[in-house]
Amino acid sequence: MTSSDAIDVVVVGGGHNGLVAAALLAKAGRKVTVLEAADDVGGAARTEAFAPGFRVSALAHVLNRLHPDVVRELDLARHGLTLDAGDTPSVALAEGGDALILHGAYGERLSGASKTEAEAWNGLRAQLFRYAGMLKLFLARRPPDLSGMSMGETASLAKAGLSLRRLGREDMRDFLRMLLMNVTDVLDEHLEDRRLRGLLAFDAVLGCHLGPRSPTSLLGLYNRLTGEIGGRPGAQALPKGGMGAVTAAIARAASAAGVTIRTGATVARIGVDKGRVTGVTLAGGEEIRAATVVSGANPKTTFLDLVGTRAVDTGFVRKLGNIRMKGDAAKLHLALNRLPAFHGVPVETLKGRLVIAPSDEHVERAFNPSKYGAFSPEPVMEITIPSLSDPSLAPAGAHVLSAVVQYAPYELREGWEAGRPKLLAAIMARLEAHAPGIGNSVLASELLTPADIERRYRMPGGHWHHGELQADQMLMSRPVSGWSGYDTPVEGLYLCGGGSHPGGGVSGAPGMNAARTILAMRSK
Amino acid sequence: MTTDSMIPPARHAAQDHFRTLRLASPFQPRLEALGRQEDWYTWAGYKAPQSLWDEELEFFAIRSQAAVFDISPMVKYRIEGPDAEAYLDRLTLRDVTKLGVGRVHYTAWCDDEGHVLDDGTLFRLAADRFRLCCQERHLPWLLDSAIGYDVAIEEETEAVAGLALQGPTSWVVLRDAGFAGSERLKAFDLADFPHEGGSVTVSRTGFTGDLGYELFVPAGAALSLWDRLFAAGRVHGIRAIGYAALNRARIEAGLIVANADFATAEHAVRADRVRQPDEIGLGFMIDAAKAGHYNGRRAIEAARRNKTLRRILVGLEIEGNVPAEHAIVYHRAKKEVGLVSAAIWSPTAKRNIAIASLERPYGDTVVDDLWVEIYAMRELQYQKLMKRAKVVPRPFVKLARRTASPPGIF
Amino acid sequence: MKTWDAIVIGAGHNGLVNACYLQRAGLDVLVVEKNDWIGGAAVSRSLTPGFLYSNCSYVCSLFRPEIMRDLELPRYGLQVIPYEGGAVFTQDGDYLANYRDYDAHRREFARFSKRDAEAYDRYARDVTRQCRFIQPLLLRTAPDPTSFRPRDLGELMYLGKKFAGLSAEEMALTLRFWTMSIADFLDEYFETDVIKANFALSGIIGTALGPMSPGTAYVLLHHYMGEVDGSVGAWGFARGGMGAVTRALADSFRASGGTIRTEAEVSRVLVRGGKAGGVVLANGEEVRGRFVVSNADVKRTFLKLVEEKELPQTFLRRVKNFKIRGSSGKVNIALDSMPEFPALPEGSPCLQADMHFTDSIERMERAYDDWKAGRWSADPFIDMVIPTTLDPTMAPPGKHFMSCFVQYAPPKVEGREWTDADRDGFAESVISQIAAYSPGFRERIVHMEVRTPRELEAEVGLTEGNIFQGELTFDQLLFNRPVPGYAQYRSPVGGLYMCGSSTHPGGGVMGAPGRNAAAEILRDLKRGIKDMSGAHDVI
Repeated sequence: MTSSDAIDVVVVGGGHNGLVAAALLAKAGRKVTVLEAADDVGGAARTEAFAPGFRVSALAHVLNRLHPDVVRELDLARHGLTLDAGDTPSVALAEGGDALILHGAYGERLSGASKTEAEAWNGLRAQLFRYAGMLKLFLARRPPDLSGMSMGETASLAKAGLSLRRLGREDMRDFLRMLLMNVTDVLDEHLEDRRLRGLLAFDAVLGCHLGPRSPTSLLGLYNRLTGEIGGRPGAQALPKGGMGAVTAAIARAASAAGVTIRTGATVARIGVDKGRVTGVTLAGGEEIRAATVVSGANPKTTFLDLVGTRAVDTGFVRKLGNIRMKGDAAKLHLALNRLPAFHGVPVETLKGRLVIAPSDEHVERAFNPSKYGAFSPEPVMEITIPSLSDPSLAPAGAHVLSAVVQYAPYELREGWEAGRPKLLAAIMARLEAHAPGIGNSVLASELLTPADIERRYRMPGGHWHHGELQADQMLMSRPVSGWSGYDTPVEGLYLCGGGSHPGGGVSGAPGMNAARTILAMRSK
Repeated sequence: MTTDSMIPPARHAAQDHFRTLRLASPFQPRLEALGRQEDWYTWAGYKAPQSLWDEELEFFAIRSQAAVFDISPMVKYRIEGPDAEAYLDRLTLRDVTKLGVGRVHYTAWCDDEGHVLDDGTLFRLAADRFRLCCQERHLPWLLDSAIGYDVAIEEETEAVAGLALQGPTSWVVLRDAGFAGSERLKAFDLADFPHEGGSVTVSRTGFTGDLGYELFVPAGAALSLWDRLFAAGRVHGIRAIGYAALNRARIEAGLIVANADFATAEHAVRADRVRQPDEIGLGFMIDAAKAGHYNGRRAIEAARRNKTLRRILVGLEIEGNVPAEHAIVYHRAKKEVGLVSAAIWSPTAKRNIAIASLERPYGDTVVDDLWVEIYAMRELQYQKLMKRAKVVPRPFVKLARRTASPPGIF
Repeated sequence: MKTWDAIVIGAGHNGLVNACYLQRAGLDVLVVEKNDWIGGAAVSRSLTPGFLYSNCSYVCSLFRPEIMRDLELPRYGLQVIPYEGGAVFTQDGDYLANYRDYDAHRREFARFSKRDAEAYDRYARDVTRQCRFIQPLLLRTAPDPTSFRPRDLGELMYLGKKFAGLSAEEMALTLRFWTMSIADFLDEYFETDVIKANFALSGIIGTALGPMSPGTAYVLLHHYMGEVDGSVGAWGFARGGMGAVTRALADSFRASGGTIRTEAEVSRVLVRGGKAGGVVLANGEEVRGRFVVSNADVKRTFLKLVEEKELPQTFLRRVKNFKIRGSSGKVNIALDSMPEFPALPEGSPCLQADMHFTDSIERMERAYDDWKAGRWSADPFIDMVIPTTLDPTMAPPGKHFMSCFVQYAPPKVEGREWTDADRDGFAESVISQIAAYSPGFRERIVHMEVRTPRELEAEVGLTEGNIFQGELTFDQLLFNRPVPGYAQYRSPVGGLYMCGSSTHPGGGVMGAPGRNAAAEILRDLKRGIKDMSGAHDVI
């Protein structure tokens, strides 16, 4: 059975990036169909029930990097997205002591820190934002192609060079010096407070197989700081209705632009003839022809499974195979019968982001076992209680706790069947230490290991970013060198997911950049 | 740290390899017996004869009688499985779906940029079984190319011995050695024949441009095969030869050698040394109508379309009789436009011939007024010669007996 | 009182290289050395009768041939003998050998993996490509990217053009080398643990990083970009130990009229009106010089020898932030007979080169975890050589000198200073590892010299015992070495120069910092540098 060939673009995968790409292409006049295997769009950016009456953001639970161009161009506000960071603080928990609280957009004000530490932080914070600002220039564009630069590319690189010069001489020197540094060494140069150091170290390595002492780990923190909410760099929010609400708004924008969204439509194959994409075949055998196919799926999935290696070159397959994408983070969901009390944390800050990372050394120690296929016996984590800001997520009086936990390596040596309950016990022990009694308030729990995440969200390796976001897999090396510009060796086939620049997280930037690339190519 | 017993036996047994830096070919006892010159060189880690008794006469054995050349050191891969055809079709330039069972073709394979990784011969031993013979080693590339295919790849260089039997009387040697039915082998055919309770694979192929065959047997049956051929060949002038003689014959035949006439892509340290098929005279392998994808297709077709090919490989005929090996090629005797990679005075054609790589458009659209500068060392003094060169088609020597069917006694 | 043209602090190899070039350019140069011996960390000393140790550095590859030639070092006795074999012993009783012969090397790898055996060519090609890219940079002064001076712009253009001249594939490779961990890098080529470990060791030697740390792929290059007589990446023994390098330098220096004073420890650099004018020795003696060159590391030079008030705050901050954590120690052993390694077959050439016992990346990385926790490695990585198998000058016939470079050893033990008991514990971890592979090893030991970062700092003056005078991470390489803005061998103090491994292109017995510093000094003096060879062509 072959459906109408009036479709210009098929988007594989209704994750947020696929939807963003679809919406932008449709707004430019393309006839676009999005095919989503699951019953609902959103991919890993969904709000799901994990226990009767309890719902939670499936993977990403803090919004901090949705690209402003996406918000503006899709007019997401009109489609129901309310973006208000309000005061969503980050709270660095301290076992048995007072927490350190970063108020405003990534610690505009600190409470609980000494005066000298607060001053040192202000200086460092400003410096980090200045340098992250340099990297921000690269978010909303395809990575520069070093070997064959067009005039436009050279001009925009020159612009970046100019911005660098504009930083001033000493700042420029520090920018160049710090670019590939590890976060611990940078912290050593500025800060002393173990809680603050722990939180910054945690944020730098979140979602990465790196420890804070690993060179280049500072890039992770820069990456975090390139995000913004409502024009406030570094701000964060727990979206009302969970992350699913964000995707829903994007989906509405897409539909409004004329995109056809089909759920329950699993793409089994992407068709290629003589190097050109011909369309897709669904699991049921239905063929959909289109001159352009945009894949929001993982680059490995797209080529090794959907296109198949036979239509592409060995070197490309080799490069895909070399992409490191073994997830190292687990996701915990707890249904609680009451609001937990955390040591030293004022109740009004519980609606923020709580971080258990007692020190940067602790994060480093937690990282060690993951190198050898074991999870951290004392894991570090980022906790939110989204039901505080959105009571609809839990029954009255009850609460939802959501935590991203590191380190939990995809390839656990003992296997995740045996490992899952042990990791859960280790996490609960940490939670209990900070929120005594929390264990007794648990009505239901769900722990997603990278193996679960891989299965449930079709993310190979269970990796949130569809590939390690490390220096050698960024920019022109993402997803693979030579093919970092969203186009691929298969003519008419594009990538638009987190596996492409600038990477994962709910940013919409890869989807947006992919759409822009497609539109620019066609208008040539 | 414990005892030897923990070491896998095969790995343990191989420890002593360092005592013998050059492997002996399965035919080594016979070669040693004939190797009066003691003129050995290293071929892919094997001790191989440069010349056995007289380089020049060895060459004439190829063109006048039956010459035996040991090709055991050639790198060999067995490729087997339901997807073997599809796998090789994607791996190599030529259309493998058109290679019938019992047929051989000369082919090449490229990386993503369309740069040649190697050239070699592909033998279709059965519908789902092939042998790939080549100069360099490629196991990682072959294995990575197998992702997505149901195919097994085995390196079998040491396990399989090979002999080239080349020259006008080569077929009659086969006939008299009892290879009944060998007369039915047309050029690039192959068939199995019984030998010592096993079998020998004989193909009508070679590297000399002459009537000739290549024979492959398990290493254990190598010596008996040799003896069988030599017993039958005594009356037909059979002689063993070394590489120097073979090299002359292959230049006459206009054939190229990897890492002599072009640099293979995975070995070229200098990135500008790599070549596309169209740059080394292998453009004939590319079929725009080939249905399946093959490695490098995008890049190769783009280079053709955008006319970005930079070099070309040509045959040259040069004035005079001094071989121009490694001479620089000039346009109008001034502008440097290329390099001769192989050259000899051809005894068969009585011409001074060469294979050269030129910068396009020279050798492509500009073929007039080409010169080579020959530095001939004579009694510790260079005689510098500037000689006219003419682009000529390869092969330089074309022998009807190479493809005559049925083969005769020439 | 005599005023020298130049005073060089420290008779290490870079100080001597620097002094040689300056003296040969017609200056009157004095080298002052705190010890009663010269050589710094490139030294051979006899601590027990009949034996000569390479006390610190122990093998040679990086020393630039351009310098050997300019300074006529062979005439003064320098000879470098290439390695013959090398091996990693495996825990199952086998070993992986490194043979010089191409085919033997391949067959040895094939014992473990046919795929890896055939993957080596591409690996070697890629490493060679990158070495060829870097080699010409070693004898050039790094440009200041924030400067608009014609020379800096010119050098930036040179770098830019060199990079732009690379193929797309080479550019991608360059980015990978500068950002990847050696473990990840090797994963792209090889599948076998011991083969990966065999290569990974070059990514960690001298480095406070484990093989899984990004940036270690570059460290591997740092150990590959040397050569022995044109064979890039090859290593060898200096005949007579590494002291032969500095002895030849010192003799060359003296022959051209230079003066060396030993037991002359500098306590302070004399600075007047923002300009260096000599040094004050520990005994209070003042020695005057028109300018001063320090071979000491940047921390020692500016935090100990120069008064804080003479230095701008930004510079001082950057120097304080310079990362110089030591990561290694050294155990030098005199043996009364050749140790036996039953794993090796009779006649194996592996004994004539570097031997190792760490057969997996994981063991290497775990050794690093100990360092991070402030402990020496329980299961250390040892780079072990027995130079006397090729060099008859270092021990009596039949007896042997064994050099063990050991990683990891932290600058402090769990936050406190090293004690003698710690040192002995550290040595024991080494001896017991060797003894596990060499029965009767302990009984052969005649004498032993154990050097932890404490001894390296106290004796040779290497701050925190860092053998490279500063870590080799991107933030401390090229124009960032030692600190941004001062990567051209000059310092904020007029007439005070740096010539040690703290400066570009970094550590190892390379001599390039000393030579490059001399080039800058002569440039400032408006003297020609005609007797200084440029980098050899890479063709």
